[in-house]
Amino acid sequence: MNFFHLQPAEWQALALTVKVAAAALLVALPLAVLVAYLLARYRFPGHGIVNALVHMPLVLPPVVTGYLLLLAFGRKGPVGAFLSETFGISFAFNWTGAALAAGVMAFPLMVRPIRISFEAVDPKLEAAAKSLGAHRVVAFLTITLPLAVPGILGGAILGFAKAMGEFGATITFVSNIPGETRTLALALYTATQTPSGDLAAFRLTLIAAVVAFAALIASEVFARRLRRRIGGDHD
Amino acid sequence: MIDINISGRVGRMDIVAQFEGRGGVTSLFGQSGAGKTTVTNMIAGLATPSSGRISVNGTVLLDGDKGIDLPVQARRIGHVFQDARLFPHLSVRANLTYARWAGRRSGTRDFDEVIDLLGLKDLLDRKPETLSGGERQRVAIGRALLSGPRLLIMDEPLANLDHARRNDILPYLDRLCVEAGIPILYVSHSIEEVTRLSNTLVLLSEGRTQAYGPVAEMLAREDLVHVTGRREASALLSGTVSRIDATWDLAHVDIGGPELQIPGLAAAAGDAVRLRILARDVALAAVPPEGLSIRNALTVTIESISGETGPYAEILCSLACQTIRARITRASVSDLGLKPGMTVTALIKSVSIDRGQSTLAPPVSVET
Repeated sequence: MNFFHLQPAEWQALALTVKVAAAALLVALPLAVLVAYLLARYRFPGHGIVNALVHMPLVLPPVVTGYLLLLAFGRKGPVGAFLSETFGISFAFNWTGAALAAGVMAFPLMVRPIRISFEAVDPKLEAAAKSLGAHRVVAFLTITLPLAVPGILGGAILGFAKAMGEFGATITFVSNIPGETRTLALALYTATQTPSGDLAAFRLTLIAAVVAFAALIASEVFARRLRRRIGGDHD
Repeated sequence: MIDINISGRVGRMDIVAQFEGRGGVTSLFGQSGAGKTTVTNMIAGLATPSSGRISVNGTVLLDGDKGIDLPVQARRIGHVFQDARLFPHLSVRANLTYARWAGRRSGTRDFDEVIDLLGLKDLLDRKPETLSGGERQRVAIGRALLSGPRLLIMDEPLANLDHARRNDILPYLDRLCVEAGIPILYVSHSIEEVTRLSNTLVLLSEGRTQAYGPVAEMLAREDLVHVTGRREASALLSGTVSRIDATWDLAHVDIGGPELQIPGLAAAAGDAVRLRILARDVALAAVPPEGLSIRNALTVTIESISGETGPYAEILCSLACQTIRARITRASVSDLGLKPGMTVTALIKSVSIDRGQSTLAPPVSVET
């Protein structure tokens, strides 16, 4: 067997990891953009509380977050029971649960850079857009959002990386089921717990490193191209 | 025609603004911190007055009693901001056409016409960050014009520019004010810009409009000198170029009977011009003097003398239905025995030429 030839279990873990992280990003990113914009532009009652809630997964032990998810979204949890009865969506011991856990854990890491980039966009530009007839939603989509893209991209990369490597909340919430919730990080953990699993652990480590490195290079290239298009700094 | 009557409070500033502009350029003049930008923001819908009424050419944009309050995007007011506010990620062309593709406004104005008017042809494919300050302002003006506005607000468009850039852009403003075809509200703290460009002058001080009316009338009012600025106190005379004396390169300007001679004026016979004469450039003589180098000596009648304290007196004189303002020392007033009703000779040292009503006179300041 060639050292560089991935085994089916490894393929499975890798594909699952990418699937989980992509799903987490797809759902969490638009929400993160919205929350970041609200936090950056509006002062409303409960502003501080929303801000604190968003950042909770960052400071809580991941096991606590996972356990809270289990309580809420598990089969007997209020939200989980409702979703499974009404929409037939189940998170428990399902890859979607792993994506939920990854999304929740990645959320604060996405909100932070996106919020900072929104704060850097002069709100007066949106006022100018409105004076030219643009509805506020159009003004946001054509002016503020494009100008915040570098920050959104940064948040997305950070969030994706976090989602790929998420461990504690995932294993607590949806356990460690091969092919369903066993992502690279969980597979690696399993390998380290297995006698004579050293080689498997090393291979998984290599895979994780290669994926992470490739993602960083790709995002760097993308960001550079983007910066050229947007035209650097604005005043 | 714009009709404004609004009041409200923004921050710590109480705003009470009431004025009318009868077409052409209405200038909102006041010192820094007088509340000019707040008033324009209220008119544009970017700030909310607590009560009042705003109408432009008969269309009501705000009426507190009737509950009318159009949002910014529905007011159709072209706003040229002091800081230009071009969209940095868009090309000049995309900035100019923004109202069309994002605001769904089909501008009444032809794109090429505006490009020509403001000289933007060579800038279209550039990004705002590569433009100079003057170019940015021209693009901002073009962008506002192309949004098909019913009113154009220009909030200190020259304030952030150095002297050279200001002189680059002023000729464009001259043309714009004549050719815009919509009312313009021009905001400035420079009496020079205001007298050059406007028809109606609105004086604002500490958030309140003090008075408004035709520019020449406002400048002549002694009670408003604390707002218009004592150092820059001046009078406006309108006239027509009667003939050009090619031998000495002098233009003779008829100001309704008497004539002024102005050197180096690039104008043709028949052109209307506006002459701005600073009070400090006018001297008075009780008897017509002889052997002077000053060519402009006009016979005038003293209307009023003000200034009971301080070294200077402001003297308003009338000639042929126009007013001229002189500032001389109170000692001279006493020595010459000047009184209202007396006929004296006004000696004018220098005249600056402002935009005429129908033609474009160059902004020159000349010694005569």
